[in-house]
Amino acid sequence: MSHGPTPSDVAAVYLQQGPYAQGHDPHGHGHAEARGHGAGGPAPKRVIVGYGFWIFLLSDIVMFSGFFAAYAVLAHATAGGPTGRELFDLKRVGIETACLLASSFTCGLGYVAALQRKQLQTQFWMFVTGLLGLVFVILEVLEFYEMIVKGAGPGRSAFLSAFFALVGCHGLHVTIGGLWLATMMAQIWVKGFKPQIMRRLLCFNLFWHALDIIWVALFTIVYLLGAGA
Amino acid sequence: MKLLGKLDWSAIPLDQPIPLIASAVVGLGIVAVLAYVWKRGWFPYLWHEWLTSVDHKRIGVMYILLGCIMLLRGFADAIMMRSQQALALHGAAGYLPPEHYDQVFSAHGTIMIFFGAMPFMIGLMNFVVPLQLGVRDVAFPTLNSTGFWLTASGALLVNISLAIGEFARTGWLPYPPLSELAYSPGVGVDYYLWALQISGIGTLTTGINLVTTILKMRAPGMSYMRMPMFCWTSLASNLLIVAAFPILTATLAMLTLDRYLGFHFFTNEAGGNPMMFVNLIWAWGHPEVYILILPAFGIFSEVFSTFSGKPLFGYRSMVMATLFICIVSFLVWLHHFFTMGAGGDVNAAFGIATSIIAVGTGVKIYNWLFTMYGGRVRFEVPMLWALGFIVTFIIGGMTGVLLAVPPADFVLHNSMFLVAHFHNVIIGGVLFGAFAGYEYWFPKAFGFRLHPGWGKTAFWLTLAGFIATFTPLYIVGMEGMTRRLQHIDNPLWDPWILMAGAGTVVIFLGVASQVVQLVVSIRMREQLRDTTGDPWNGRSLEWVTPSPPPTFNFPVLYDVHGEEAYWGIKQAAIAQEKLHDEPDYKPIEMPRNSPTGFITAFFASFMGFALIWHIWWMVALGFVGAYATFVVFAWRDEDEYEIPAEDVARVDRARRASRSGDWLTKVGSPA
Repeated sequence: MSHGPTPSDVAAVYLQQGPYAQGHDPHGHGHAEARGHGAGGPAPKRVIVGYGFWIFLLSDIVMFSGFFAAYAVLAHATAGGPTGRELFDLKRVGIETACLLASSFTCGLGYVAALQRKQLQTQFWMFVTGLLGLVFVILEVLEFYEMIVKGAGPGRSAFLSAFFALVGCHGLHVTIGGLWLATMMAQIWVKGFKPQIMRRLLCFNLFWHALDIIWVALFTIVYLLGAGA
Repeated sequence: MKLLGKLDWSAIPLDQPIPLIASAVVGLGIVAVLAYVWKRGWFPYLWHEWLTSVDHKRIGVMYILLGCIMLLRGFADAIMMRSQQALALHGAAGYLPPEHYDQVFSAHGTIMIFFGAMPFMIGLMNFVVPLQLGVRDVAFPTLNSTGFWLTASGALLVNISLAIGEFARTGWLPYPPLSELAYSPGVGVDYYLWALQISGIGTLTTGINLVTTILKMRAPGMSYMRMPMFCWTSLASNLLIVAAFPILTATLAMLTLDRYLGFHFFTNEAGGNPMMFVNLIWAWGHPEVYILILPAFGIFSEVFSTFSGKPLFGYRSMVMATLFICIVSFLVWLHHFFTMGAGGDVNAAFGIATSIIAVGTGVKIYNWLFTMYGGRVRFEVPMLWALGFIVTFIIGGMTGVLLAVPPADFVLHNSMFLVAHFHNVIIGGVLFGAFAGYEYWFPKAFGFRLHPGWGKTAFWLTLAGFIATFTPLYIVGMEGMTRRLQHIDNPLWDPWILMAGAGTVVIFLGVASQVVQLVVSIRMREQLRDTTGDPWNGRSLEWVTPSPPPTFNFPVLYDVHGEEAYWGIKQAAIAQEKLHDEPDYKPIEMPRNSPTGFITAFFASFMGFALIWHIWWMVALGFVGAYATFVVFAWRDEDEYEIPAEDVARVDRARRASRSGDWLTKVGSPA
């Protein structure tokens, strides 16, 4: 029945080798090559931080999926009000998309520069990233403003409620990302490329790219399908 | 614009004596405790050692303390409901008017689930998991502290609603359209929404933290199939937190947008869809049930194994069953509303999925029984709770399978039968598990055992009171009594309602015994002292540490062979009649304490309160404060400190001394 070693086998191993971890990293500082799969003990800090942030991103994507599901349910509940076909301006959304995707590229360049410890280059690319993000947010706010002025605000129909919530939630993420980016720039400027700052920069990169992934889904499901319907 | 938004003197319930007196008593109690702490000069100690602590053990203890206080608060609500129903027979009005009674049952459910059971379980996981994994802390210690304080902030908001304004009258899950602004114009639902959003962020961070800890930080040699069962169930539970709590966040955000900005997600007008709320909330709500019960399953696994003196029977099948439950728990949410009318096929699919979960649970039950079979069973208090659980949980499980049959559910939907069923699994499963874990790990946390006599008294009274309370509720439910009735006009139900009321009195005695047990144990702590750190003859790595464990948990990381690392180490020591030679002690780096969590939660509480009462300047202030805290935290340079090798050696030598001689012969031949 038993697949593993029996308790007495285990005791025999301890008798022979003693109870303490030998080898690479007996003091658990995470300096070793361990990847956390068991054999080598706790993983290094960088792996732990990146991994934890991935888990957070997955949870964030689950939250977005809630808003996506609500949008899918309510997409046709226009209550006699305007539809996506009448409202969406694909040209502007196209520019928004270009800005966001380009900002991911510059964000990556910023990280490459940071890996090479080049202060000015890092700052430059991060600044460009923030600028592109800002253009994206401004265009989105403009779109919202025009819709509300036209009487197509979130209170007009369930469809528009779902639209504003989903797109707005993404926009809010980009805004908070911008705040984070500015804080990181100041930190890198003052403190340089310390290990914990590099870990944060890694997390910021992951975050910024994840927003792209969500935007691709949003662009397709909300704007392309909506304008085509 | 008014400076304080919607807030004015009418928010204080001056015309309602019950909440007024209750909140005055609680307020005076808090002031008295603070004054006492001030007078004894304990504030610096509390601040440096507890409130700002990032030690997973202390955070765990604070979580459990919060859970205990909130369990008492929720139980007070339960007493009010049972006594109201017992008094409001034959056209009598009772003492709680309907609008107050509705708040009481809403607060009872909300507090018990979110601020009683959840913090209790999360506290146990926080305390135990790193110790069982043989590591020194969780993956993100400061985030851990922040998560706790945000949970406390949510609990605070719910309790403020007692004195300022009102709580929701919509039940513990605020179904629209009742919870929409048109039908609930007061601040009750807003208290609910913001309290849960804030504490929900705390829960999510805990989930991320513990998943990362379990998957990436284990003692050398501890492969997945060598993790203690409690770590496995904690992993499953936290995976569910990460996957399910964001759905709650999204759903509550939608309802918030409806109420604050005139959106139409769930309204009756403009194409809103109230049933979508019910679907979304249960897509979180059903996994939530398993978030609570899975850690309890882990606790019972540890308890059955330890107190039977045997390894857990069927470890691999237990892991499989845990992960099976983890996945299937996401596929059954529709059974909470078979009556929605999704059609026979959909209902049948969800009914079958629901029944199938019982297979996974059944595997576990048999494994626990076989763990005891042929073992040397010791009937200590944790074991009593575990045995009581087996009995009550099987009854609760069977009534659950009954409710999983859609045609039966059409009859029993929203009846007292349902109420009895879920109390049967949540009290008999989650709470008994929490109490078993509390009794089992208390000596580890504080260095002395809880008084066994009072513990046994508490167990038997709680079990008897529990059966006396909920059996009648099953019966009246079968006879058609619906839930949430403020008064009862059917004389046939009178005896059962009175019996349930009497049962609550017995539960009260059980609760009182548990409080007495804690007080008596603290007073008798010298007699109950756990000098060796291994009071139960344990099998997993937390018992290798002294009680209470030092900040760094382990002087040197242990090497893990097999499923029961500590048992193996102990047998080796017994065989050679001495502990293994001293290791080479090195300095240890540990994370510094930080007030970040406390301060963030301080601002979050203000922000939540301001959002509830529409005090917009205070919202902005709260946000800026929280952001500034975050920046200050991010700016610090020194986040670790070093414990010198001599200190490590001193602590470990004391531990080794307590385990030499007598102890080895004693554990070698347990009585």
